[in-house]
Amino acid sequence: MHAAVMPKPSPASKILWVAIAIVGAFCLGVVALRRGEPINAIWLVAASIAIFVIGYRFYGKFVEHSVLKLDPTRAPPSVLRNDGLDYVPTDKWVVFGHHFAAIAGAGPLVGPVLAAQMGYLPGTIWILFGVVFAGAVQDFMILGLSLRRDGRSLGHMLREELGPLPGIVAMVGVLVLMMIVLAVLALVVVKALTHSPWGTFTVACTIPIAFLMGGYMRWFRPGRILEVSIIGLVLLLASIWFGKNVADSATLAPLFDFDAKALAWLLIAYGSCASVLPVWLLLAPRDYLSTFLKIGTIALLALAIFLAAPTLQMPAVTKFIDGTGPVFAGDLFPFLFITIACGAVSGWHSIIASGTTPKLLANEGQARMVGYGGMLMEAFVAIMALVAAASLHPGVYFAMNSPGAIIGTTVQEAATTISQWGFVVTPDELLQTAKDIGEGSILSRAGGAPTLAVGMAQLLHNILPGGGMMAFWYHYAILFEALFILTTVDAGTRVGRFMIQEISGLIYKPLQATESWTGNLLATAICVALWGYFLYQGAVDPLGGINTLWPLFGIANQMLAAIALMLATVVVVKLKRERYVWVPGIPALWLIVCTLTAGWEKLSGPISFTAAANKYSAAMQQGQLLAPAKNAAEMQRIVTNNYVDMALTGLFMALIVAMVLFCLRALVKAWQTNHPTAHEEPYVALGSVTG
Amino acid sequence: MNATLQSVRKWAVQTARLCCGVPDYDVYVKHLREHHPERKVPSYKEFFRERQEARYKGTGGRCC
Repeated sequence: MHAAVMPKPSPASKILWVAIAIVGAFCLGVVALRRGEPINAIWLVAASIAIFVIGYRFYGKFVEHSVLKLDPTRAPPSVLRNDGLDYVPTDKWVVFGHHFAAIAGAGPLVGPVLAAQMGYLPGTIWILFGVVFAGAVQDFMILGLSLRRDGRSLGHMLREELGPLPGIVAMVGVLVLMMIVLAVLALVVVKALTHSPWGTFTVACTIPIAFLMGGYMRWFRPGRILEVSIIGLVLLLASIWFGKNVADSATLAPLFDFDAKALAWLLIAYGSCASVLPVWLLLAPRDYLSTFLKIGTIALLALAIFLAAPTLQMPAVTKFIDGTGPVFAGDLFPFLFITIACGAVSGWHSIIASGTTPKLLANEGQARMVGYGGMLMEAFVAIMALVAAASLHPGVYFAMNSPGAIIGTTVQEAATTISQWGFVVTPDELLQTAKDIGEGSILSRAGGAPTLAVGMAQLLHNILPGGGMMAFWYHYAILFEALFILTTVDAGTRVGRFMIQEISGLIYKPLQATESWTGNLLATAICVALWGYFLYQGAVDPLGGINTLWPLFGIANQMLAAIALMLATVVVVKLKRERYVWVPGIPALWLIVCTLTAGWEKLSGPISFTAAANKYSAAMQQGQLLAPAKNAAEMQRIVTNNYVDMALTGLFMALIVAMVLFCLRALVKAWQTNHPTAHEEPYVALGSVTG
Repeated sequence: MNATLQSVRKWAVQTARLCCGVPDYDVYVKHLREHHPERKVPSYKEFFRERQEARYKGTGGRCC
């Protein structure tokens, strides 16, 4: 059906692709069908690579030629509006590196780890097929649309193609999503650092290190990013090494030993101060460090998996697909599909794909590699995170990720409960793991980061054995995630502030002035209060916070993905390419169904916020106290928190339904019109501009 | 071989800088000279500071 635009493949390439398909199918067969004996992670990695390569070559190309009809002879925005700064035609590999660094974050590392409670198979299948048919399609199509529209942002394109009101609705959705993202990410840090003097000390050290780097770059050697990052890295590694002395010292350790509530307050205070400091002092230097550390750590994780070739100890499918799992509540459908967001399909990417990247691409023909290929890389990171979690002892995995309310707070209780689930583990094994990584306890450290850190530490320890090395690697992995998350909290608060000013400016114009100090401080305070509320709520949550907040994050992120894919669907019809409407349409529909079902189950039924609120208020009326609340006021707070979560879930559902209606209206209108109505910029031949 | 190494290095440096929001300085200077000869060419230090500020303004953002 699209043979006309594609060159005929040579016999050699046909043989190659058949070979890749056979290898991929065989590996996937091993992953999916071999039961009873543990398999090696390499099968899973090989199957993933084969599927990514085939998806890129065939489906990606189909989207490029038939759906987007990208044209290498057409001048892209970087050429038409070249200003040497934002719009610059750039080498495709440079753009690819930049794009990947912008989309890869903590998300693909956390979601798959949580989803491993259902076994490695459901998560793997969703990541592989989700990315090929939904995630990469979303990133690529939004990039393609933005390329044809002067590199405009998602919000701008929504306003243009759907109208001003849908644009505002989507903007509110993005703002709320951002607040939830910041709260959940900050909670991951809180969970990782609770009663961990070593971890808290190293993370605290990043602040003076960043100040030092900032000053060095400001006055001593302006703009020497690489040089200063190497200095920063050496100091960071030294702080990890020294952290052990802090943890062992009777005088220093208590100074860095905090409970979850105290850490939440510290992060809130940190967030409000950091986001009003000049960027060169704290944000920028730490941003550089975290960017390089992120890429380096992903490379290290890949290397570790290939060299250590671990055996997957988690079963392919556990009994928790029935929705009774301790890590997050809810059935496989829809909760697997919102728990793994980044890695399979992430709405957040639509903001990146319509941000800097379309302004840098030198040619439309390179968009598939950057948009589709970049997302496949991210899916690969998600697969690696899943491998790291699934190669842990399942008993250790569940001890780390289950809330204290379910497994208890001592290793004896935890080992008994988890062994009853069928994952036999002894208290000694749990104690030994904690000792190996230099921590007092590994129980209930939900949030993905610590699990991934233990998984990585074990993998790296297999390659580079040595006394105490596991503890070093563990704290390295924790530091990496914390560094990255603190940067996001800081930068996100600033972006959130701008969005709040923009939205409030719609109501009262003077609030929009981003130069006004009062406006800035007010918007910053609102922004920090919004995410801070959810962070604190997570810190006092009976189920440990992640269990409650991650589904909210998943629903919000997949909601944004659904909005982006709906936009793509509308544009495809507006371009009068109705026969391809299913390409963005089916994934959009799937995400709408998943988010609305998940939202509904969180509003009514046994795992809902409503049920949790009712349970606590019923207990309160009978004068009982339920853990972890210690008095009536805390009981009341838990009830209120659950009501707020209910309201938020309802808001998300209302946003999706509203956007679906807006899109349906636009779809019907475009379908009835007999000529293209999309707002593309006119064609300019590349040759006429550069020649 | 030397040329390949150099181009890899150039790619790595350019990518690393761009990941931090700092575009290629030489490209910018060339653009200014060619298209806006009347404007003052900023020093690398000025250029860097301006870009550092610009990165965290407005709704850019990064992924979760």
